[in-house]
Amino acid sequence: MIGNMVKKEFKELFVLSTLLPIVVIAIVFGSVGDMIGNVGESIKEKPVIGVVDMDGGDFADIAMSVLTAGAKVIYDGSDTEAGLDEVRKGNGVALLVMPENFSRNIYANEPGEIEIYWIMKGAGMMDSISSGALEGLIQAVNQEISKELIQRGSSSDPALVLAPTTRVDTTFFKGKEIQGLSPSVVGNMLMSQSTVIPIMVMMLIILAGTSVISSMGLEKENKTLETLLTLPVRRSNIVIGKMVGSALVGMILAGIYMIGFSRYMSSFQMRDINLADFGLALSMPDYLLVAVSLFVALLAGLSLCIVLGTFAKSYKSAQTLVFPITVLAMISMFTTMFKDFDTIPVALQVLVFAIPFTHPMIAMRALMLDNYALVIGGIAYTAVFTVIMVAVAVRIFNSDRLLTGGVQRRVGRGRLAWGFRR
Amino acid sequence: MKAVEVRELVKDYGNFRALKGISFEVSEGEVFGLIGPNGAGKTTALRVIATLLQITSGSVTVFGHELPKDAGEVRKIISYLPEEAGAYRNLTGMEYLNFIAKFFGEGEKFQNMVQRGLEIANLGERINDKVDTYSKGMTRRLLVGRALMVNPKLAILDEPTSGLDVINAQEVRRIINSAVNAGTTVLLSSHNMLEVELLCRRIALINDGQIIASGTVEELKKEYDARNIEEAFVKAVR
Repeated sequence: MIGNMVKKEFKELFVLSTLLPIVVIAIVFGSVGDMIGNVGESIKEKPVIGVVDMDGGDFADIAMSVLTAGAKVIYDGSDTEAGLDEVRKGNGVALLVMPENFSRNIYANEPGEIEIYWIMKGAGMMDSISSGALEGLIQAVNQEISKELIQRGSSSDPALVLAPTTRVDTTFFKGKEIQGLSPSVVGNMLMSQSTVIPIMVMMLIILAGTSVISSMGLEKENKTLETLLTLPVRRSNIVIGKMVGSALVGMILAGIYMIGFSRYMSSFQMRDINLADFGLALSMPDYLLVAVSLFVALLAGLSLCIVLGTFAKSYKSAQTLVFPITVLAMISMFTTMFKDFDTIPVALQVLVFAIPFTHPMIAMRALMLDNYALVIGGIAYTAVFTVIMVAVAVRIFNSDRLLTGGVQRRVGRGRLAWGFRR
Repeated sequence: MKAVEVRELVKDYGNFRALKGISFEVSEGEVFGLIGPNGAGKTTALRVIATLLQITSGSVTVFGHELPKDAGEVRKIISYLPEEAGAYRNLTGMEYLNFIAKFFGEGEKFQNMVQRGLEIANLGERINDKVDTYSKGMTRRLLVGRALMVNPKLAILDEPTSGLDVINAQEVRRIINSAVNAGTTVLLSSHNMLEVELLCRRIALINDGQIIASGTVEELKKEYDARNIEEAFVKAVR
């Protein structure tokens, strides 16, 4: 008896509509993971650096030996500019400069200064793996010098023994020179752009999308659709009305969600750093562009949802149709969270660009770095996507699909045409 | 002018031909019934006339407006009541009537429409309750009110008393007759052939996508030597 029940339940639940979305999401995430790269391998790889040793003293030698053992040194010379060029060409992480008085200062009970010129490639979580490895090496340099000082007993200042070097960071990030900050600090500063905004956009798209798809499902379930379609109102107005109404509901729901989430995220952020001090602040026109990007992406998402919603037979089936939107939004979110758009492979760039939800996720960061072409191009693409989707939705609303579940071919006035019309 | 003219109307769903070249006319101010069993093609015919379905071949005009070319104009003068229609569950009956009336008029015209809808629905204080709480009969009365409050030139009613008890069905029939007296033309479908005798001046008997007979109730009864339309239909099919 139980076997009979299990067999029935399995047949009821294990159907193509249940299986397909999971298979698709597994394939998509697997492919995205492969394209982004293996984190473990990235961590094992030695960071690529350049070193300028102007000191040549004992402690500089210790530092050099630690760095040579733990990193791939592609420049070892005395010219800072030449070193920076080499590191840039070699796709390196940083150039470390030990000035002439590095060892002498330590002998004089003053910390030796290391100038670090970072080449920051992106603000995504995975973009900072190499710089994180170098941070570890700099700690190792400190430890080795500390050991040497203890063995020699040459310093009576415990503070110096514990921290024999200081560092002066300069980060070059997409054409901007940020004085006094390392990539990890810059990354933290940009956390709201790299983490909070993608999550916010994803939530907005999913919540608003769910509203519009559910609305279509409810129209069918409540048997209100037929009446609606015979009212003297243009099909385009029905489509736009549903989109705007759902956008409002989505914004309210996402707003409530984000109040809590942004407070949670703010606990991880550095509050005493002003982005404007480092040339990373946005102007009013920039914020306007971000708002436009978000607005058109929301419309694009909703227009796609309304097309999907035409497949809904009931409120319950509508919930399944939200799945493709969720997958697309999550691909955009995770990709932009882990990597900068510029640092992902071209194939993934094409995929991520094609998903309209990506653009508001990357807009703020791109505008901070003056990448207007990416933002404006994204807005233009998303607007075109929206227009096409709205046109498709209106055509479906003018066809038999909503009532019959399929598009009928029509023969009329001596011609064969698809049954779409106003 | 004819209210509805249907000529050689064919409607296919994929490979299935639901309507096989039907033709009929509805005169202005009359109640015309499409009568037939379930699956005969009644709802398909009404949906085509109500601008919901595309025409495979043939022609349909409503008060001189040709479908599908003038679908927008047709929607301004018709009101369609589907067989299994519902209303928005989270709206009150009043809000639902307001929602529909706003598509048809503003100001005094809008107010008059809603008032007429309230009178037809006759739900008393319950009109301010959510539709979700209504019984089937109350919902149907609300929907009939919605359909007729806009004073349509043509009311297309698909099984208007479907699923209603005797009292509610009689009330709906009274409302329909009242609308006709006020100048509305009614095209309705029903498989309740005895009810049709109470409502319709002329009828068309439809079976398997074809009209097999049409005329006044008396003409059809006489033609098939039948005591009622049900008997006439059975004889016509045979």
